Amino acid sequence: MQMLSLKASGGQDQTPKAQVESSSSIPMVVLKVFFPSCCSSAESGLLVGHWIPEQNSAVILAVVHFPFIPVQVKQYLSEVRQVTQVNVSVLGTWSNCKKKEESLSEFLEDLGTIFSHEPWIQLCKETDSKFWSCSIIQKHPSTPKEDEIILVYYDQRKVMLSHLHPPGNLTNSTDHKAEDASKLAILFDTVAKSKVLFMKDRYDDGPIKLTHWQSEGVEASIIVELMKQASIPVCMLLTFLLSFVSSVCKSRVLKFWPLSFIWSKLSTCEQLGHRLEHLQVISSNRKAQNQPQLMRKANIFVSLLADVALGILLMSWLYRKNRIGHLADTLIPAADHVAKELQDLLQWLMGVPAGLKMNRALDQVLGRFFLYHIHLWISYIHLMSPFIEMILWYVGLSACLGLTVALSILSDIIALLTFHIYCFYVYGARLYCLKIYGLSSLWRLFRGKKWNVLRQRVDSCSYDLDQLFIGTLLFTILLFLLPTTALYYLVFTLLRLLVVVVQGLIHLLVDLIDSLPLYSILLRLCRSYRLAAGVKFRVLEQKTGKPLRLLMQINPLSYGSVVQTYRLPTYSCYPKDSWGSLCKKLFLGELIYPWKHKGEKQD
Amino acid sequence: MEERGDRTALQCRQYSASCREFSVRCQPVQLRSLSAATCSVWLAAYWLFVLTQNSMVLSTAIFITLIGLIVYLHFVKIDQESLLVIASLGIQMTSSYASGKENTTFIEMSRVKDVVINEAICMQKVIYYLCILLRDPLDPQSVSEVVPLFQVTSHQDAKSEGYPLKGHQLTYLLMFGTNK
Repeated sequence: MQMLSLKASGGQDQTPKAQVESSSSIPMVVLKVFFPSCCSSAESGLLVGHWIPEQNSAVILAVVHFPFIPVQVKQYLSEVRQVTQVNVSVLGTWSNCKKKEESLSEFLEDLGTIFSHEPWIQLCKETDSKFWSCSIIQKHPSTPKEDEIILVYYDQRKVMLSHLHPPGNLTNSTDHKAEDASKLAILFDTVAKSKVLFMKDRYDDGPIKLTHWQSEGVEASIIVELMKQASIPVCMLLTFLLSFVSSVCKSRVLKFWPLSFIWSKLSTCEQLGHRLEHLQVISSNRKAQNQPQLMRKANIFVSLLADVALGILLMSWLYRKNRIGHLADTLIPAADHVAKELQDLLQWLMGVPAGLKMNRALDQVLGRFFLYHIHLWISYIHLMSPFIEMILWYVGLSACLGLTVALSILSDIIALLTFHIYCFYVYGARLYCLKIYGLSSLWRLFRGKKWNVLRQRVDSCSYDLDQLFIGTLLFTILLFLLPTTALYYLVFTLLRLLVVVVQGLIHLLVDLIDSLPLYSILLRLCRSYRLAAGVKFRVLEQKTGKPLRLLMQINPLSYGSVVQTYRLPTYSCYPKDSWGSLCKKLFLGELIYPWKHKGEKQD
Repeated sequence: MEERGDRTALQCRQYSASCREFSVRCQPVQLRSLSAATCSVWLAAYWLFVLTQNSMVLSTAIFITLIGLIVYLHFVKIDQESLLVIASLGIQMTSSYASGKENTTFIEMSRVKDVVINEAICMQKVIYYLCILLRDPLDPQSVSEVVPLFQVTSHQDAKSEGYPLKGHQLTYLLMFGTNK
């Protein structure tokens, strides 16, 4: 793509058809005044806010009303400055009167000498007019031209509560943060930090009367306060219980080899451990330092609640009308049915499967070997059948810990019931793998080459005659036995892959429930101004001669970005093998472990 | 100030010396195409009903038509794209859909490096489109992102014969819209 860049040059090159009024020279300096919309109907007074010289913009935070004593105002503002670390000062005057009065305007100008600020902003509004007039007084004007003024109205409460999410990866850059911080971030920051200023409402008996978004009365909610008070003892109780539980889990008794192996293989234990970590995060006494941490805690809490609620719903459905009993009754016949199908499959393989001719002896050996295994398996299942209902009943109770736990238990039950398929897969794969390696090594011998282990490459080698003879014989035997083994391997791999796919789907569902940030999504739905992707401006009615009026609204984050930003981390990592390497492993007969968990050693 | 192309209309409004708005309006939804789509769906559904004698097919067809119409109006059909340039604040792009939904993006002036006209070769034609180059915060000299403006309307107009006019419109926009 070629880039053709045409730079605008102040209206010199006029296109023939365009008939536009000659754009008046844009003033070099544009002064922006951010005015809170709650102060539009305030009475006359002083404008208090933060002046940002680099961006030539003034953020008005509140209006101080008459009567006041200038010394007290200055003292109050210096206190606010100390507490909030925001450079709050008197920026100008605000007059809201029916008609323009000469005496008032003179008085307001005189105030400029008491609270000296460069530049001094004078906003004037007539009661029945929409359009305001604004004038700037500069003692030492830097430019001879007159400044253009833009008035931007903003909703103070929403801007204070909202959290700005800068686009892309700006959150990661810490070097140029100070210089390149976007103007909007500074605006949001200023308003958010000035919370102390908004604590004074008009019912306070102080020397200073302010107007801001909370001046009608400080907002508070009884439920929130009660919950805050109640949360401290609850957190302490929870921490105590959790420390007890985790000490039990970490005890030496459970670390012996067979038990630790079982715990690591069962996905229920992983899920329980994960939830335990979550509970520890919630019940910690430290307050959340910044917004991402707070959102994370809230997400974990809401997600846990939803999980437990769904689990209890599932439990109530299962225990009604004795469904557990029905489930237990159908479990044994289902296992029998699976075993019978496997037996039929093996009989088919031992015959003439798909018209292929097998080596009868090897076929019979393998087939009988696997049939005996199935027979053993069925005997064990029948041995356990009286206890199944009781076991299922008690295991079903654990669904009250959450739907994810119930799904993990289901996945584990499937793994246990199809353990024989897993065993067959391992036998078939090992046999096939040995055969393939033997074949490749003997093929090299056939061609007169050898694998050099030291150099990790293929070298030529001179064999004796008897070595060549035995090698060729073995090669032929292995080659002709290959179809039989390959067919068994193929059949059992497909069965194993089927089970893996079913387990994988269940794990996906568990992951989804684990990582979905429910609280953030609900927040985006109900209070969309709290999560801001940016702002949007709307041009209000204009009048020539009056400053430009814009309305600034918050542009909420899209649902996709909300989920991406606030996703909770999970413990499973998805297979990093590409399809190509997976196929290669299958071809060579290496065992595949598609669903590896984080923290396990990689092969 | 209006310029009319074949099927799109460019409108320019100047609110003040430092604020300008350019909006491009697309062709509205035609009754012809709407009725054609609905009739074809329902004819297919009725034919299936005659074959299978299952009345669920008809209700499914009604459902599909309604859902499809809502999805089209709300997510696909763009009515108007506008660009608001405010000196020293930034550039705002709005696309409004036929159902009234508005998608707004605001880019601050400090992130804008330059505004250029790009050429793209599309099958056998060359189309010109306006785009904004964004500055990389870590490296002020390099460009981190290229944001095309008027995405849908540019593409639509490329199919009609009026694209030389579009090029002129772009030049006009570039000349009078980018004074910082």
